[in-house]
Amino acid sequence: MSSRLLFRWLLVGEWRAHLLQALVAIIAIALGIALGFSIHLINSAAYNEFSTATKHLSGQSDLQVRGTQAMFDEILYPTLVQHKSIALANPVLEFDVVVADKFADSRDNKLTILGTDMFRAINISPDAIGISTDGDRLDGLSDDAIFLSPAAMEWLQVKQGDLLQLRSGVQTVTLRVAGGLLRARVGQRVAVMDIGAAQWRFDHLGLLSRIELKLAEGINRDAFKISLAQELGEHYRVIESADQEARINNMSRAYRVNLNMLAMVALFTGAFLVFSTQVLSMIRRRRQFALLRVLGLTRAQLLRQVLLEGTVLGTIGSLLGLALGYATAATALHFFGGDLGSGFFSGVRPDIHFSWLAAATFFILGLGVTLLGSAAPAWEAANAKTAPALKSGSEDIALVKLATPWPAIACLVVAGLFTLFPPVFELPIFGYLAIVLLMVGIIALMPRFSALFFSAFLAISTKKSSAAVPMLALSRLANAPNQASLALGGILASFSLMVAMAIMVTSFRVSVDDWLGQVLPADMYVKLASSGDKGGFQPEQQQAMEAIPGISRLDFSRALQLTLDPSRPDITLIARPVDNDSPEKIIPIIGEAMASASFPAGSMPIWVSEAMVDLYGYHIGNQVNLPLGKAGEVAQDFVVAGIWRDYGRQFGAIQMQLSDYQQLTGDENVNAAGLWLQTDTASEQVMTTLRALPFNDALEISHSSEIRATSLKIFDRSFAVTYLLEMVAVVIGLLGVAASFSSQTLARAKEFSMLTHIGMVRRQIFGMLAAEGGLLAVLGVFLGFVLGWTISLILVFIVNPQSFHWTMQLHLPWGWLILVALVMVISAALTALLAGRRALSGNTIRTVRED
Amino acid sequence: MLELRQINKSYTGGLQVLSDLSYTLDAGEYVAIMGDSGVGKSTLLNLIAGLDTPDSGEVLIDGAAISSLDDNAATRLRREQFGFVFQAFHVLPHLTLQQNIALPLLLNGVSIDGVEKMLAAVGLQGRGDHFPRQLSGGELQRVAIARALIHHPKLVLADEPTGNLDPDTAHEVLMLMRTEIKANGASGILVTHSKAAAATADRVLMLTKAGLHPLAADQTS
Repeated sequence: MSSRLLFRWLLVGEWRAHLLQALVAIIAIALGIALGFSIHLINSAAYNEFSTATKHLSGQSDLQVRGTQAMFDEILYPTLVQHKSIALANPVLEFDVVVADKFADSRDNKLTILGTDMFRAINISPDAIGISTDGDRLDGLSDDAIFLSPAAMEWLQVKQGDLLQLRSGVQTVTLRVAGGLLRARVGQRVAVMDIGAAQWRFDHLGLLSRIELKLAEGINRDAFKISLAQELGEHYRVIESADQEARINNMSRAYRVNLNMLAMVALFTGAFLVFSTQVLSMIRRRRQFALLRVLGLTRAQLLRQVLLEGTVLGTIGSLLGLALGYATAATALHFFGGDLGSGFFSGVRPDIHFSWLAAATFFILGLGVTLLGSAAPAWEAANAKTAPALKSGSEDIALVKLATPWPAIACLVVAGLFTLFPPVFELPIFGYLAIVLLMVGIIALMPRFSALFFSAFLAISTKKSSAAVPMLALSRLANAPNQASLALGGILASFSLMVAMAIMVTSFRVSVDDWLGQVLPADMYVKLASSGDKGGFQPEQQQAMEAIPGISRLDFSRALQLTLDPSRPDITLIARPVDNDSPEKIIPIIGEAMASASFPAGSMPIWVSEAMVDLYGYHIGNQVNLPLGKAGEVAQDFVVAGIWRDYGRQFGAIQMQLSDYQQLTGDENVNAAGLWLQTDTASEQVMTTLRALPFNDALEISHSSEIRATSLKIFDRSFAVTYLLEMVAVVIGLLGVAASFSSQTLARAKEFSMLTHIGMVRRQIFGMLAAEGGLLAVLGVFLGFVLGWTISLILVFIVNPQSFHWTMQLHLPWGWLILVALVMVISAALTALLAGRRALSGNTIRTVRED
Repeated sequence: MLELRQINKSYTGGLQVLSDLSYTLDAGEYVAIMGDSGVGKSTLLNLIAGLDTPDSGEVLIDGAAISSLDDNAATRLRREQFGFVFQAFHVLPHLTLQQNIALPLLLNGVSIDGVEKMLAAVGLQGRGDHFPRQLSGGELQRVAIARALIHHPKLVLADEPTGNLDPDTAHEVLMLMRTEIKANGASGILVTHSKAAAATADRVLMLTKAGLHPLAADQTS
């Protein structure tokens, strides 16, 4: 009872006197936790909904058979139906079409159609069955009927009986909305129609996307999965729901982890703020703690007191953060859906679900970082020698132990080693740890840097001038480096993070801009709004385009998806004309490409993106097989002839000769074309001719400059969350600067009173404080730049390649960095000035007498 | 009650402050220790309180060597049996007077009922809810005295308790301290430079490099 009362008195007394500092620490923790928790809630809601929606469409099958390409020949279906181990096989054709009315909005104009056999689907995926509200059960077999989920109906603004125009390839198909679905997930936009009708109407005759299987009783699924895969050969993949989950997880994992890590960076800045608040509180209360020790408070009791104070800060901050995070996530999901700009989770409308486990984890994290921030100050307070601590002027000694350089140097060495480590589970865990250790190490070395810099500055300036104000400001900074470095730490942490993020984003943006210049060499591009993997421009349509006057060169290309590993997202195969001897003319090759003379006999060349190297182990000169060609034929050998940079597809892409592709597959269709105009031809003229083609409705025609501008716009949108997180980290850092300046200046009230007594006017004291603040900020900004630049190297050369499998060049946004540096220096000087004004508002005579 | 046995203490750099110092303080005795600056008066108080350890020799409280106690035991001894009054008052600025005075009781885990009575004893009746910033120097030292005696310690250690006070207030505070120490049946050691202050004690001792020696009656005036 007594110890609890004592704890309460001491805590309430401290907070009553320094409420602002306590609030700043609480806000910092709350913001860090809120960011982390809200991002986690949004991502997991979106991920779960996306995953459930995908599984919902796939039904309750034991296994699925898919092709290595998006569609495969339905000839496989009767084989599986007759297989003695298979009880039921359900064929499905799944593809996207473009809604004619929404053609202009290329990011939100696609509808997924499931073609099913309703008599078989009812046993495996009963939810994906169309229901006619007028009771005509056989309408599900009509060739003009389509059934829409409620979300699709709402999105398309249609009702039963309305006609719907859908585009696939160069054709437009009109269908009748015949009803809804038996069950559909909230927000899921999907349509269902008879599989035969879908194959016929959308020109996918004889093709399937997957066959869902129910196994006969007593069949061991795992063993059968292996034997069936061997039986079907390399052109098919036998997968189960775990593979699908892994695939969805792999698709967005790096993005989700990186966002969470950015939120953790904000939390780390908050933890540093708690540390500096606790250290300053410890310095301010050093004599009080010593008195309590004299009066009989044991070391353990004092340690407990300081840690409990930290616990209260952490508990309040974490709880506030959880509430704020939940509210933020609920608001964001309500207004913006679950897609935080990545594009991974578009098309689902997830609901927020409060997870006690996640809340407990974030609470423990918030409390943990607060206790971590309190531990060192608590330890110092408990172990300070009592008698010397009772004397005035011992404050800087309190920080000497905290300023021991060896732990800091150890942090830097370990950080250096961590940069050499490979990714863990394809995530740059060691890269992030290196960043944290680097920050901790450099911040812990601040007293040394501070003493070194300001001592040298003091020596130089006293030789040249004997003015009191600069001498006093510099003396304080040089001779009390430990206290100075606390304020410096806040500036350093926030500015370095800002610099690192700004350099990383600028490097990425400039690299993407350069890359777009390389991958968009033509003047204009034409593609089909939606072709599926099997549709596209047929040879006669290609000839019609080639006949357009004013075009000096026309390169057709074919893009399709390939499944190399069922647990990973598909890779993209792009077939186009490539000069075997100079692929760099059209592909952004990194390093040297293999000369055509070195291609092994019988091997076709392919050029692979960096992601293929990381994810599939492809290297220049490797001979590999790709599941192209017809099932049952001998697999063609390919040689990896070069590696290229691809910012468009993080899961891997392969380029090959269009002629090789056509020879292997017999597929003459293409789905895009690059147009080089003759010098005297205006693009409008070609555009007009293209618009006059009979299939012009299905064409998306863009100038390369438009594609470039749109791509950069998407880039900026996808980094919007990053900018927000960066700003929060900077705000937390600036709060820290304000808190530490304010706290230190108040603690120096006696010094200011004494200076007033000996004749310094208030203006001179304000000048001294502004000079201290400004000089500290200059050093903080300088070191923050060096630290931020180093962190950016880790982000650019380790975190990004390990997360997204692409490299980039380093670019520094000098203008922005100089602007923020100036803002930081000016705000630091102003903060110091304002804090000084408050400290000097007290009773000067009394303050000195108390000393 | 207190026995110092051949105490030696030097500081880093070899500066010897106390050398072969021995002394015995009886229960209920109130002595003043005078001496030049730097001779080791405050160091001696720190050694007695267990805040510092002698290089050799022993400080015995009721026959038990304080230097043999670990930090926790020394702390417990201090909070149960000692009271402290400092030159710089050392009251916690964010606690009320009542709370400041109650600190030793809370640390000893006993009832805080006697605080109001103690406030009245030091002339601060009805001001328990005031904060230290609302008090004068003399009043702050009264709070410190009340805090030093509230838990009925066996020994009160006062280090220059009137160094910051004007002579009239100083005399008033010293007399109050003496009265309260005697009323509580405690022993007391008052370290001071002031002969007037020392004169309020039962005996005056002079600390020199040669040790602690009683000061002749004519030297105290």
